[in-house]
Amino acid sequence: MTERDELVRSLSGLTLFSDLRDADLEAIADPELERRFGEGERVLRRGLSGSGFYVILDGEAAVEIADDDEPRRLRRGDFFGEVSTLLDCKPTADVIARSPLHALEIPGPQLEAFLLQYPRVTYRMLQTVTRRLRDVLG
Amino acid sequence: MAETGHDRPFPPGDYPVVVVGSGPGGLQASYCLSRLGVDCATISQDDAPGGMFRQFPIFQRLLSWSKPDAPAEPGTREYEWYDHNSLVADEPRHQGLVPPLMDRSYIVPSRPEMEAGLAAFAEQVPVPVRYGCSWESTRRADDGRLVLATSDGEYTCRAAVFALGVTTPWFSPIPGIEDVPHYVDTRPPEEYRGRRVFVIGKRNSAFEIADGLLPWAQQVVLGSPRPVQTSVLAQATVRVRYLQPFEDHALGGGTFALDLAVDRIERVGDRWRVSGQGTTRPGAIELEVDDVIAATGFSAPLLDLEELGVRTVAQGRIPAMTPFWESSPGSGIYFAGNATQGAPGLRKHGVGAASAAVHGFRYNARVMARHLVGTHLGPKPACPTVDAPELAPYLLEEATTAPELWAQKAYLARAVYRNGDTEIVPLAAWLDDPGDGAAAVTVEMDASGDVYPAVYSSAEGNVRELLLPPHHLNDFRGPEHEAELRAAL
Repeated sequence: MTERDELVRSLSGLTLFSDLRDADLEAIADPELERRFGEGERVLRRGLSGSGFYVILDGEAAVEIADDDEPRRLRRGDFFGEVSTLLDCKPTADVIARSPLHALEIPGPQLEAFLLQYPRVTYRMLQTVTRRLRDVLG
Repeated sequence: MAETGHDRPFPPGDYPVVVVGSGPGGLQASYCLSRLGVDCATISQDDAPGGMFRQFPIFQRLLSWSKPDAPAEPGTREYEWYDHNSLVADEPRHQGLVPPLMDRSYIVPSRPEMEAGLAAFAEQVPVPVRYGCSWESTRRADDGRLVLATSDGEYTCRAAVFALGVTTPWFSPIPGIEDVPHYVDTRPPEEYRGRRVFVIGKRNSAFEIADGLLPWAQQVVLGSPRPVQTSVLAQATVRVRYLQPFEDHALGGGTFALDLAVDRIERVGDRWRVSGQGTTRPGAIELEVDDVIAATGFSAPLLDLEELGVRTVAQGRIPAMTPFWESSPGSGIYFAGNATQGAPGLRKHGVGAASAAVHGFRYNARVMARHLVGTHLGPKPACPTVDAPELAPYLLEEATTAPELWAQKAYLARAVYRNGDTEIVPLAAWLDDPGDGAAAVTVEMDASGDVYPAVYSSAEGNVRELLLPPHHLNDFRGPEHEAELRAAL
């Protein structure tokens, strides 16, 4: 099994991409969008413009907001960076790799076209964001 | 010409640093380390300097400009921005060696002009290299030092800089591709006369082939899953490769750039059958062509480095590394040249660094050399200083004229520390650990193509970003920029 197959296979196992055809997954599995971070490395930086949208393929990250005792943990299949990217604002939290992290990044300026090209991904994303909202609202 | 016998420098033995490679990355790293007083041994499997430019690009023309006459004086630091292909040196006489060798037919050098410029640097500086010496394997000694086994014997060192190039043919895992010639095996264009050619790939090397074959081939079809991102191309030096074939595609002139996930490639008599699925426009696609060329990319020849903990990105083709181009902190395994794209930086607004090109990685090498010395050999090399009252005009002067910041946008920064020391550093590293840093400035570009200075100020562990406005002549030294920056600092 080659690494490319692994990237496509990794994507196909994620809820976010589970409705897509293999050809779509191959188009998304762009090696230039593949990111690796070491443990402790900052992925998203609070207060900095120009960030992207990330989907975790492997590993763990933490959302760290100042004075927050319990950072939210992110794992395989989770995504982050959508608020700052969709609203074109600076992130309000740091996201830090808590283990070697393998992720796919859709650069901010490409996210709109990406979501319009793959509406099933947009729908899945909306479901997740709605769940988060429900959890916050109780 | 290979140096032979006792004239060959750097016999196997113990050295503080070993540099592997004699392309632009290796020569630049070796030069920068030597200027910091490091006794580094530089070895190369080749028999002359130049690296990939001894052979590539296939169609003999580079992408990035070198302007013999420019708004800055040749030999100066400011001139470097107008000359993307020469290696950089502290001495004006060793600066800008490529432009005088160009015949001015084009603003970008030919491959032989580039090769000659690199050879001139190696000879004039000089940068001694042990040619004909192949690195074969690597291990770590009990004392933690690295041992490089070569065709000439073993080299032991505290740190090694691998400037290996990214030119080993790499094939996408498509059934049948094993019989397909790679980009590197493209024949002379006249041999494609009247033939229908399918090129696998739609990146730089694929369009270089398409551009080169247009005057000869009956038809060129390019295919890969992802569409060409014309908005990104508009601001990239590689667009010159794309212009003619993509115009041909857009106007229906016979060339096609298909968004196609290729399922398999088969021999049918003396032709090829290419089958796949459309991506942007779904549907089965089948083509019969006379030739297929795999422009599927390249990899860095890492040999056994992964056994020493080197991780990879981009489907295993490129080593992953820290912002200072070390495979992992303290490992002593550094990279120079094209492979430094393995440290992607922040990629703000999706804009990547120029680390795969000479004008980007020549600065990476200079910063890496200072970091390597400070980390592994000590003491940290001395820095120039700036007085605090001059901080704002100094940062704006750098944003306007520093070639490092223009070449490596949002990637390399001019940092100023509270004691007045100043140095060029990777932005990602400075943001994560500004230490006693007061401020850092970069040149950045957003998705609309606007270019502007970004100043990062550090106070009590927090870093604040200030984006200054663009200027119609890219000169940020005026009173408005200075007033805004002074107020923020």
